[in-house]
Amino acid sequence: MSTLTPELISAHQLTEQEYQRIVSILGREPNYTELGIFSVMWSEHCSYKSSRVHLKKLPTQGSHVIQGPGENAGVIDVGGGWAVAFKIESHNHPSFIEPFQGAATGVGGILRDIFTMGARPIAVLDSLRFGPLDDPRTGARNRRILAGVVSGIAHYGNCFGVPTVGGECVFETGYSGNPLVNVLALGVARKDRIFYARAAGVGNPVIYVGAKTGRDGIHGASMASAEFTGDARQKRPNVQVGDPFLEKLLLEACLEAMETGAIVAIQDMGAAGLTCSTCEMGSRGGAGIEIDLQYVPQREAGMTPYEIMLSESQERMLLVAEKGREEEVFRVFRKWGLDAVTIGCVTADGMLRVKNHGRVVAEIPNRALADEAPVYERPYTRPLRKYPMDAPPFRSADLEADWKALLASGDVCSKRWIWEQYDYMVRTNTVAGPGGDAAVLRIKETDISLAVALDGNGRYCALAPRQGARLAVAECCRNLSTVGALPVAATNCLNFGNPERPEIMGQLVEAIEGMAEACRFFETPITGGNVSLYNETLGEAIDPTPVVGVVGLLKTGPPLTADFKRPGRAVILLGGLGDCDEIQFGSTQYAKVVLGRIWGLPPALDMDYEKRVQAAMREIAAAGLAESAHDVSDGGLAVALAESSFGPAGVGAVVELASGMREEFLLFHEGPSRILLSTEHPEAVEAIARRHGVEAPRIGVTVEGRIRLAARGRVLVESAIEPLRRLWETALERMLGV
Amino acid sequence: MKARIYVSLKPTVLDPQGQTIRSALTSLGFAGVAEVRQGKFFEIELDGLVRTEAERQLEQIAQDVLANPVIEEYRVEILD
Amino acid sequence: MRFGVVVFPGSNCDHDAWYAISRNLGCPAEFIWHQSQSLGNVDAVILPGGFSYGDYLRCGAIAKFSPVMAAVRRFAADGGLVLGICNGFQILAESGLLPGALIRNRGLKFICRQVELETVTANSPFTCLASKGQTLRMPIAHGEGCYYADERTLDELEAEDRVVFRYRDNPNGSLRDIAGILNRERNVMGLMPHPERATEPLMGSSDGLLVFRSMAAAFAVR
Repeated sequence: MSTLTPELISAHQLTEQEYQRIVSILGREPNYTELGIFSVMWSEHCSYKSSRVHLKKLPTQGSHVIQGPGENAGVIDVGGGWAVAFKIESHNHPSFIEPFQGAATGVGGILRDIFTMGARPIAVLDSLRFGPLDDPRTGARNRRILAGVVSGIAHYGNCFGVPTVGGECVFETGYSGNPLVNVLALGVARKDRIFYARAAGVGNPVIYVGAKTGRDGIHGASMASAEFTGDARQKRPNVQVGDPFLEKLLLEACLEAMETGAIVAIQDMGAAGLTCSTCEMGSRGGAGIEIDLQYVPQREAGMTPYEIMLSESQERMLLVAEKGREEEVFRVFRKWGLDAVTIGCVTADGMLRVKNHGRVVAEIPNRALADEAPVYERPYTRPLRKYPMDAPPFRSADLEADWKALLASGDVCSKRWIWEQYDYMVRTNTVAGPGGDAAVLRIKETDISLAVALDGNGRYCALAPRQGARLAVAECCRNLSTVGALPVAATNCLNFGNPERPEIMGQLVEAIEGMAEACRFFETPITGGNVSLYNETLGEAIDPTPVVGVVGLLKTGPPLTADFKRPGRAVILLGGLGDCDEIQFGSTQYAKVVLGRIWGLPPALDMDYEKRVQAAMREIAAAGLAESAHDVSDGGLAVALAESSFGPAGVGAVVELASGMREEFLLFHEGPSRILLSTEHPEAVEAIARRHGVEAPRIGVTVEGRIRLAARGRVLVESAIEPLRRLWETALERMLGV
Repeated sequence: MKARIYVSLKPTVLDPQGQTIRSALTSLGFAGVAEVRQGKFFEIELDGLVRTEAERQLEQIAQDVLANPVIEEYRVEILD
Repeated sequence: MRFGVVVFPGSNCDHDAWYAISRNLGCPAEFIWHQSQSLGNVDAVILPGGFSYGDYLRCGAIAKFSPVMAAVRRFAADGGLVLGICNGFQILAESGLLPGALIRNRGLKFICRQVELETVTANSPFTCLASKGQTLRMPIAHGEGCYYADERTLDELEAEDRVVFRYRDNPNGSLRDIAGILNRERNVMGLMPHPERATEPLMGSSDGLLVFRSMAAAFAVR
């Protein structure tokens, strides 16, 4: 019966061996619909076939973890009977093809993953990476992509009613042809009211809810697993359009339907749509699922079984209800004006059986689709490295000009233009919003607050992926500790190039191992995440970019923020001045922005020292001893000092450093484990630091209206705050030309 | 029966989207573009109505629902 | 005093308004579904922020046809206090309960930020505890908050002391810096800023509480 040609099989991105494996699973040739189903479930995007063996190295268990990887989102216990569901996901490829809709549906997808677990989303953060805005060749396109992505995120999140509370935005040449849009969402639920995607109960109805199925995004999942060729526009019909209003209704209806107690299992239809949700729910529950496509609500006439099974129409959910209680569920969805229909039932035979008007059109074991995808031990070599090791000769001509150039550079400048387009306050849980080291959200009517931050550093990882990944975890945890929160769990998004190239695979393996070490050390198990491979355009891979999101806990109270509040306070550099050499200086923003080149290695990280600095910081914060605290990272001490001076109080600092370190290093090196704080009680701060075995030099004092940084009596940089703030705050708008 | 309803901002109301598009066109080298006004366009299919009744309904739909008379004006076009 | 918070499909500040009233003001508050024909026994109604019906036609344009709005009209005509916040203001303007319209922000972008408002009049049930000229800090979060009305309407609003709040630093191009207005009878107010998001120190400001406390005080002396 088979009419499947080798061309058709390879157009589905299945190899000859994979096809043979399908034939042996089925004991026959697959039909066209079955081929489509296998191709999406066995795509890199759904099956993690290249990364799975290495992802096993990540720690996934810990005292707070309720649900680790493998569900729609990870879940942690945050105390007081409350749980938090959170996960990060990429929408890189769709956002390049159509920035607005690509980013919008990225937000929509991850939100569904959260409320599928029974958790109401309370925050979104984004990690964004684009090509340089001022590049003469690609700048115009990069600006258009940035503007489209930001308004897509705003459109979806604002309308849905979830605050977008933070994230990061970085510019690097490698992202010109392949921007990264990673979205983290986080929601809260009662600990005893968490829902899972595990089909159970033979005879229970399988119910379809939400938007009608159209021909959108067919093969989106396999698109997300393919490199771009020259003309990405050809792929445009695959892009889905998001409807945040419908998703808001879906959220309310799902949470209300869960209250009835009639729901057994629930999963969203994201990538690979109906295919993925049916076979994954069946596989997780060890059950079979039988559906008839004639009952699936359809937006267009004449859709084939292939199209219905592979459609990626947004804002749809699949749920299993208790038999006999369907009407309770339907009543809720009717109230919210949504389609809800029974399309099939749970069976005992472990098969995904798809019928169309009673005739079987596909019949495949659920486990074969969801859990038995081929797993590859792809060969890997030393990681690809594009940059030299040795430092070029350099000498600053004007430290103050360098300082200003850094403050006005893309990575360092204020991102207000971006985050003001996001409603970061809706639901009134936002205690500390965007622009700080970490976002802080309270859980109302408890004394529990959550801190969340996102970090990644493609430049560090391009130089040494293992160290870069460790540094990202360390910095993310430090961001939480800086606001006084204890980091407890993490989620990761691994953005890499083509894993079939051994030197790219080498980057992936090193980064995962580095992340595993750091997550284990900082006790932040990975509870879920996403791998995005094939981030290449015309053979040019992005810098390896593992992004980590960490969630921490603290007691609800006035937030500890980065800006100096009052003059006359002691300025302390918790963790000390750090260290640097010419090799490590090559990974800094200074090297990138001022010298226009990158070399060497990322900064050295002493994880044990880092952990002690963070413990000291949390103790200082909990004791209410710090008036301000800010992590020293991109641009080093001089940039951190300026950023701390840009608060509403208009307070800066006069700093005198007793160090013989080379001046460029002293001001701009990015050694980790350092937090800049101001305090009225320096002795108490120093005592805590001593107890943790951490340096805490008193480097200066806060003053009204200006900043001055000197070393051994020589003034290195000095400025009134206002002109400096204007430079920093308007830089992005200048680059965008708005 | 098919109909189209065009809704646009009144000439006295500022149209920032139109202005932005106009300046973009100018910067792209379309020198002759003096003004751009952005509006909305609805395609409506009617069933089983005589023409006069269809006209009456379309007028009402445009007036009461699709346009806000405080800021917008509209035009109805019946295509048959 | 009982407050009712209307829930339209797409309202997303309904819970925030409920929380501000019930927890930070300390008055009972209940939700009213958009299909409801009556407002029950509430003493004041809040139309909350959000994106009713997705704001897909125009902001507030579909919500005005929902059954609950007929009840809100009757309630307002009987002198009941009606407060429309953000999308609620847009709905009131679309419904004709307040004059003018809210159009796209001058800069075309959605803006979320703390702003300073000048209290233009204390002669209203929404500002009776404030003093004329008092500055209140509360956030805005909207894409279509530019207040527009023809010159005659604007003159009339000013002549009748019906402009309640003006922006100190106009963020969205609103004509004559208008952030909030009253109806002629002074029992219906619409404003784009969010007083419910400024009702406790953890939110960054408590100034919005003054609006709700004024409503309670005005109701008490009636």
